[in-house]
Amino acid sequence: MADKRMTAQDVVSRLTSGMTIGIGGWGSRRKPMALVREILRSDLRDLTVVSYGGPDIGLLCAAGKIRKLVFGFVSLDSIALDPHFRAARQAGAIEVVEYDEGMLQWGLYAAGLKLPFLPTRAGLGSDVLTHNPQLRTVADPYGGDEVVAMPPLHLDAALIHMNRADIHGNGQFLGPDPYFDDLYCMAAEQAYMSCEKIVPTAELTAVAHPATLRINRLLVTGVVEAPNGAHFTSCTPDYDRDEDFQREYAGSAAGPDAWQAFRDRYLAGSEADYQAAVARRQEVSA
Amino acid sequence: MTNVMDPRAEANDAVASRAEVCVVACADAFRNSGEMLASAFGTIPAIGVRLARETFSPDLLISDGESYLVRGTWPVGTPATGEVEAWAPFRTIFDLVWHGKRHVMMIPSQVDRYGNTNISAVGDYRRPKVQLLGVRGAPGNTVCHPTSYWVPRHSTRVFVPRVDMVSGVGNDRAAQAGPGASRYHDLRRVVTDLAVFDYHPEHGTLRLASVHPGVTVAQVQDATGFPLEAGDEVPQTRQPSAAELRLIREVLDPRGLRDREVAG
Repeated sequence: MADKRMTAQDVVSRLTSGMTIGIGGWGSRRKPMALVREILRSDLRDLTVVSYGGPDIGLLCAAGKIRKLVFGFVSLDSIALDPHFRAARQAGAIEVVEYDEGMLQWGLYAAGLKLPFLPTRAGLGSDVLTHNPQLRTVADPYGGDEVVAMPPLHLDAALIHMNRADIHGNGQFLGPDPYFDDLYCMAAEQAYMSCEKIVPTAELTAVAHPATLRINRLLVTGVVEAPNGAHFTSCTPDYDRDEDFQREYAGSAAGPDAWQAFRDRYLAGSEADYQAAVARRQEVSA
Repeated sequence: MTNVMDPRAEANDAVASRAEVCVVACADAFRNSGEMLASAFGTIPAIGVRLARETFSPDLLISDGESYLVRGTWPVGTPATGEVEAWAPFRTIFDLVWHGKRHVMMIPSQVDRYGNTNISAVGDYRRPKVQLLGVRGAPGNTVCHPTSYWVPRHSTRVFVPRVDMVSGVGNDRAAQAGPGASRYHDLRRVVTDLAVFDYHPEHGTLRLASVHPGVTVAQVQDATGFPLEAGDEVPQTRQPSAAELRLIREVLDPRGLRDREVAG
């Protein structure tokens, strides 16, 4: 059986500028932040990003990586709005395709199931249709209501973060919500999964019900062990959101100097440097 | 006993604050709901749905804000403590939204007279003056199940002639979009810190249902960016009962978080 272990640098080396990339998790919850940080360190650009957005989007916006965002919202949960995303929008720096969050799910699902569209009422009557003139409605062939035909959201690559995984690409969530990570993987040509810890396959079901094995290896291209890899978003039960760090992140949108300082402190070096800076910070505040 | 007690202090005990009037107005939006998922955004609506479940709508289902539906009651701003009765991750919530047995109370940044609401962006859509959250589930919510709104600060910035990005679908737009949008479209109430609105059954326009104690119709009009529709006699929003006040003050919000959302 294939050993799919790789590094975050390996993952990013397989991505190219202009790609469409889906990022799993939800808001500021279980985001593949170590992989996102690796993109920040790369020279990738002009990305189209699909996300239930959190600080993944804010960071990629601040670093000028995003050309187009496909989204339903961007929020940090405990801080309602992401200031970097707002700044990018208010500067007209990114193009957006905004969908109802259920439409976004339907688009990923349609891509995963290789369907031309999935029908939904969501969007009808709203300006989601006004601002997305490419969207079409479809008559019910059985005589019912005309509804929106949500097209597939095909991804070149998906990035997700799970609590545990094996070397073959089976992934496990141990927190309260699987979010939509399996749908991102199904919608993608290549899917990369980081995780807190890689364990032997048997260990996955020794500690939790098999229903927690939401990610199946046949959906996964590569596995990256990245402890604390969702930081500063939550990755329960391994750790909660680092609220204090998130406030510092939000504060870094105050102006170019604040962003530069944040960048120098946390993003100038490797992932190991980042984790060391976070650990030092926690020691100081403890 | 010497008579040192200020009689006004005793009276104040029974008099509800504006925030408490808002709590029961939000709770009343969830009357006669039966078994329905009640999703409330904001502190006062969160107290309201728990009050409704504790009193007149015992069958409501309430989320812990993460991914469980939880029984019982607990103070706002603290983790849920009741018995878990269902696992409801976002995917299940999405299913329930389209299924229809849900009543949401959202906080719009803009509302127009037909109940169209905006939570996406203010100004030119391609380069907004103010970027907000994004439409989230508002388009689907409004065409699939009952929707109410909570406006903690009633002003002409919120109540506008036209919203900049229709996120939640109003009565006029639902009708124009046809049966796919209007079949399950069901706007219920708008509760603000000044008043309660429902909708005119034929015109679909916002209608002043009651003003809170101490508020005049003229005050509401001044804070609303379009002509108010109101009858000759606008009733006063009801006062909380003594039992409701006790629940709010001692059980649901002992820390007084409601006063941070609405003062006075």
